[in-house]
Amino acid sequence: MHSLSAFFVGVLFGAGLIVSGMTDPSKVIGFLDIAGFWDPSLGLVMGGAVSVGLIAFHVARRRTTAFLGGTLGRPAERQIDRRLILGSLVFGIGWGLAGFCPGPALVAFGAGYDKAVVFTIAMLAGMALFELAERFLNEGTR
Amino acid sequence: MIDWAHFTPWSALAGGLVIGAAAALLLLLNGRIAGISGILGGLFRPMPGDTAWRIAFVVGLLFSPALYGLFARLPGATIEAGYPVLILAGLLVGAGTRYGSGCTSEHGVCGLSRLSPRSFAATGAFMAAGFATVFIIRHLPA
Repeated sequence: MHSLSAFFVGVLFGAGLIVSGMTDPSKVIGFLDIAGFWDPSLGLVMGGAVSVGLIAFHVARRRTTAFLGGTLGRPAERQIDRRLILGSLVFGIGWGLAGFCPGPALVAFGAGYDKAVVFTIAMLAGMALFELAERFLNEGTR
Repeated sequence: MIDWAHFTPWSALAGGLVIGAAAALLLLLNGRIAGISGILGGLFRPMPGDTAWRIAFVVGLLFSPALYGLFARLPGATIEAGYPVLILAGLLVGAGTRYGSGCTSEHGVCGLSRLSPRSFAATGAFMAAGFATVFIIRHLPA
């Protein structure tokens, strides 16, 4: 049941990205180019998504179980630390270079763009390198 | 200066609402945060009973253009970056989102919806890095 709903949500999430125009990297870069001709669309995409999200997270706050069963995961609130900021800066540089973040990259991969396939493989490699580095460093401190 | 020729306020807002609805459904039905980098990242640390829904979600994203194409015309995508830049960008996005525990979807959509201070900081950081990167590429003489 959880997998079926996750598949459906994945399709819906992808459709939202397609409708919003965010699967087109030139549109994302148009938003990031504030010094040039600025396309504010991405701001409205986030605004629209957050306005629905605010309601959903408000409802979720009163529940401890999900509607399909299982715990309703709530990320543990942690400090704003170096990892968070440094990681987000590194992500932002990559985002600005390509105009892809993970969701739109997967959708453009599915649409069959060769460049999106290459980006996605590199992205998965980056995630794998992070995992290896984490494991290696954790061994060192033990 | 606003690029009125490319600014698409209504489709951006509509797409954003759909993305928000998808995030809301995954949260309330499955009890999960719709963060693409976290969903992908979890596949590198497989835990019993925690893998199938992740794969189903990613498959849904990959299939979304094909399913969307049954009902409407798919918009195009312009990927200006060349292959070497895309590979570098992919590595940065993959490693950065894992190190910073999130991308545009978990920090930008879900985190802001939860009013999480960490996600406000992360979103500010990756936006700033994205703005700076595009500024350097587009507006500084090489």
